[in-house]
Amino acid sequence: MAYSKKVVDKFEQTLKNPKAASVGRWKPGDADFDKVGTGIVGAPACGDVMKLQIKCEDIDGVKKIVDAKFKTYGCGSAIASSGQLIDMLKGKTIDEAKEICNKEIVDILELPPIKIHCSVLAEEAIKKAINDFESNDNVRKHNQ
Amino acid sequence: MDTKYLFKRNNVWWVKLAVPSALRSKLGYDLRKSTGESDIEKAILARETIISELKKKFDEFKISPEEKKSTAPNNVTYLDYASTTPVDERVVEKMKECLTIDGAFGNPGSRSHLYGWKAEELIEEARCNVSKLVNCDPREIIFTSGATESDNLAIKGVAHFYKNKGKHIITSKIEHKAVLDTCRQLEKEGFDVTYLDTDEYGSISIDQISEEIREDTTLVSLMHINNEIGVINDINEIGDLTRERGVIFHVDAAQSAGKIPIDLCNSKVDLMSFSAHKIYGPKGIGALYVRRKPRVRLEALFHGGGQERGIRAGTLPTHQIVGMGEAFKIASQELEKDFEKINNLKNRLYNGLKDMEEIYINGNLDEGYPGIFNLSFNYVEGESLIMAVKNIAVSSGSACTSASLEPSYVLRALGRPDELAHSSIRFSFGRFTQEQDIDFTIDLVKSSVNQLREISPLWEMHLDGVDLSKIEWAS
Repeated sequence: MAYSKKVVDKFEQTLKNPKAASVGRWKPGDADFDKVGTGIVGAPACGDVMKLQIKCEDIDGVKKIVDAKFKTYGCGSAIASSGQLIDMLKGKTIDEAKEICNKEIVDILELPPIKIHCSVLAEEAIKKAINDFESNDNVRKHNQ
Repeated sequence: MDTKYLFKRNNVWWVKLAVPSALRSKLGYDLRKSTGESDIEKAILARETIISELKKKFDEFKISPEEKKSTAPNNVTYLDYASTTPVDERVVEKMKECLTIDGAFGNPGSRSHLYGWKAEELIEEARCNVSKLVNCDPREIIFTSGATESDNLAIKGVAHFYKNKGKHIITSKIEHKAVLDTCRQLEKEGFDVTYLDTDEYGSISIDQISEEIREDTTLVSLMHINNEIGVINDINEIGDLTRERGVIFHVDAAQSAGKIPIDLCNSKVDLMSFSAHKIYGPKGIGALYVRRKPRVRLEALFHGGGQERGIRAGTLPTHQIVGMGEAFKIASQELEKDFEKINNLKNRLYNGLKDMEEIYINGNLDEGYPGIFNLSFNYVEGESLIMAVKNIAVSSGSACTSASLEPSYVLRALGRPDELAHSSIRFSFGRFTQEQDIDFTIDLVKSSVNQLREISPLWEMHLDGVDLSKIEWAS
């Protein structure tokens, strides 16, 4: 199966220069870890696992995603989809990010029908990460 | 001041560039060129141009200084010989003689003129060449369109011919699809098929087969060399058993003919499938060995002009058959040489990769056929690995690239967890593979696996000491 040039480029850029492509992680103990929400989706047996982390800050009373990092185990289009998702996330408010739909990733990367599940995984990852951030946030507010 | 690559001799600044190790035999340890400047600042200005000139020298040898490139003309090293092989030049020459007006283009079935006789003569010569490689009578060789047809002809042919004797067939879970799908078809027709399990290395024991043979068993069909993992079945031992129990034994030898010795005269194999394109012959041609003593009967698949003693009708493709004959003849002469070379290449690849963490060999490293080397790289997904190593042509055990997203059924049958089955690569090499290709592969595979692990959340968890099997994955 031939991938679109966009998938191949995104995949290769990510491999060549992972830092620039936002590959990485925040772990417990890191400064600002309390501003991070994490979403892990997929399963090794299915051939795809995506881990997305978003760092959010209150800017003028609006919660914004100021940074994001990911790690992905999966086929070329799963890795490209994660990278694409990162590009779409940065600078968005949480409410805007909630609106991200897998169809956008499919269109941008020109994913073939058999690889649409990769974009679905990306959509689930952002939903889960936001969910994680918001539940942590509620705990924090409660504790304040 | 940055004087990198520069040195001074007789008051003039020179540029010196180290030669990549692969090119040292041709270019020496370094290339030097004078800047013609005695002033260091001017020399620095001239440096870049000279470096790029010198680097062009490297390019002439197809290798850039930063990255070793493949020796293949399109920069993609072919390591997929188990899938198919390039046709040997010597074979092509023979085939050319059977196509045009000045060659043996006639229909070998034409008994009334010279054109037909000539073609027939070449076909019989090819038949002899095929039979010599496997030590059988030329009259026991039936030409077909390839190993898939041979498998179909053997299995359906026996099943149908002997259906009044019994309707039970024994095969294994790691056979080629040409055998498995043929058996599935027979199941639809009311036959009963036993699919033997293998051990974790892909081996089947003689006792397992013995236990499954019943009153109504007519056929045992097992492959000689497995196409994915290279495991070898002991066909002599199995033949002794099947003969003793009065069961016909078919062997798919598509991967083994010309690669390891086969002696049909001194074994009790009844039917054997061959392919030409796995052994430097053309695609679209194969053969089935059908034993004469004791005679094995088959019901034909194709009906028509009565060619091949009525077992396989259809005009014989002279050029294809001649190509197969020549390929088999060369294989008879070069089998030992090829095997030794391939064994060395396998060892070279294995030694180059064996120190990597979390890699698993699929198959039997010591007893399998060395031309097929199947490895799983844990925490890396197979298709992404294939994409990352795009400068080598290999197969993935993960069928992620095809219509199904299932991992290899062969690796699953070995009991490999899905993750490992998903992350496997089959390297297969042959007559035209060079040591340089292996060195290039080692470098590329290592760096690609490292890159992919760096972006793999599973690798991160592994390094953190998380037991992945204990995690409940939401999928």
